[in-house]
Amino acid sequence: MTAHDARLVGAYELPYRHAPDKSLAQMQAEAALGAVADAGLSLKDVDGFFCGGDTPGMGPMSLIEYLNITPRHVDSTETGGNSYVSHVARAARAIDAGLCDVALITLAGKPRTPAKGSRPMTDSNKPDQDFELTYHPTVPANYALAAQRHMYEYGTTSEQLAWIKVAASHHAQHNPHALLRDVVTVEDVVNSPMVATPLHRFDCCVITDGGGALILARSEIAKKLNRPSVKILGTGEAVKHQGAGDIDLTFTAGKWAAEKAWKMSGCTPDQIQYASIYDSFTITVLLEIEDLGFCKPGHGGGFVAEGNLISGKGKLPFNTDGGGLCSNHPGNRGGMTKVIEAVRQLRGEAHPAVQVPDCALALAHGTGGSLGTRHGASTLILARED
Amino acid sequence: MAEDHKMTYADPWMLPETKGFWEALNEKKLVIRTCMDCGRGHHFPRAMCPHCYSDNLEWKESDGTGTIYSFTAQQVKGGGKYVYAYVEIADRVRAITNIVDCDPEALQIGQKVKAAFRPSASGQNILVFTPA
Repeated sequence: MTAHDARLVGAYELPYRHAPDKSLAQMQAEAALGAVADAGLSLKDVDGFFCGGDTPGMGPMSLIEYLNITPRHVDSTETGGNSYVSHVARAARAIDAGLCDVALITLAGKPRTPAKGSRPMTDSNKPDQDFELTYHPTVPANYALAAQRHMYEYGTTSEQLAWIKVAASHHAQHNPHALLRDVVTVEDVVNSPMVATPLHRFDCCVITDGGGALILARSEIAKKLNRPSVKILGTGEAVKHQGAGDIDLTFTAGKWAAEKAWKMSGCTPDQIQYASIYDSFTITVLLEIEDLGFCKPGHGGGFVAEGNLISGKGKLPFNTDGGGLCSNHPGNRGGMTKVIEAVRQLRGEAHPAVQVPDCALALAHGTGGSLGTRHGASTLILARED
Repeated sequence: MAEDHKMTYADPWMLPETKGFWEALNEKKLVIRTCMDCGRGHHFPRAMCPHCYSDNLEWKESDGTGTIYSFTAQQVKGGGKYVYAYVEIADRVRAITNIVDCDPEALQIGQKVKAAFRPSASGQNILVFTPA
């Protein structure tokens, strides 16, 4: 496979983090309008629509009705918070295949202010339900299992995990929209209240209302727009689960997704100048860094320590918007904002204090679902237009 | 200090293919769905072997012991905590469960545990574990 003809031409993140007076469809529409405006296009130009499970109603249908658009191609692939990273790959493939010319990807969620009567997440037909939900799992607990096992196998420490949050907070101080803008220390993280051992409150991402949207277009359209466009050099997706009981919590589906993306792009981890790495929890980042090949398995703790993820200081600047740990994790799904900040970096439009100089090659990676049970992962290798 | 959040258990849905598992628990037995063709056990129980897809399956009775693969002490709002864990109940068969009647601070990965049974709201036994 070679790089895609399709380009990322629009990216927009809703600036707010609390939306008590907005409907979910309204937020998605605001995100969509922001992204088409960023690209210099109109919603009427959109003929491909991509969404995940955050979209209200059956698949994509309620929202395309709300937007009053009639796309000739739709895709509602759902693997959790990484879905939007996958949608970029799927939109690029759809454009390359001639299925659409301008693709819109949306995300919005309002976990802080849910609509009355929102459906519970239970489904009595789920084959795993009795064997998991019975035991009162929480989202942090299902990531804590991976953290505890990593500590056992490799000697990873809470202080090393804390450095991931510390780095995110260094970036968030420059983001006026970030939910948490205070710079924190390793001591602040390890002294924050325990949630699920070994994860503290500051090891967990924020919970925010919000969203965002992306626009892809074929290169001949992208050339006519006045905004810098971004090339998609490599993509990869994978899903990992318990394997009928044979689960290994020391790596994620990211290992398999990244292998595909590196192969397709012909790039190597040492070439990446900026990385958006899914940060639902600090342990998520640590495992992904290993799975993406930025360091060897088991070496993530040493890699992230001492500020190595801080832009301008470390060798792998990550999540320069403050990430899910400090800025935004809209709808409990961080994939969209991962792609958006990578686009900002490649356009040179990140905050000057965290902009990677002459950023030409970036990575965006997402994990969706639960590391403790089953999850999806997607990797994008992205490049500045020459 | 023992875990201090007393767990309550909802009635399981008990999908048809898992019935034998629940019946065994009510006799205080742990059974593992095991393939008579490829020999491997699996969990959660299915109508076909997820390794070789044979439907030649039996409920193999376990001695009820296992080892902790991973665990976490989940804090509860308003105080207290409980332990959510993976316990290896057979070779490469790791099951999500709770570890009860334990000191969460003293638990360790690799530690031996044994099956215990807690009633659901309507009296169906639920499988949990306790330090051996």
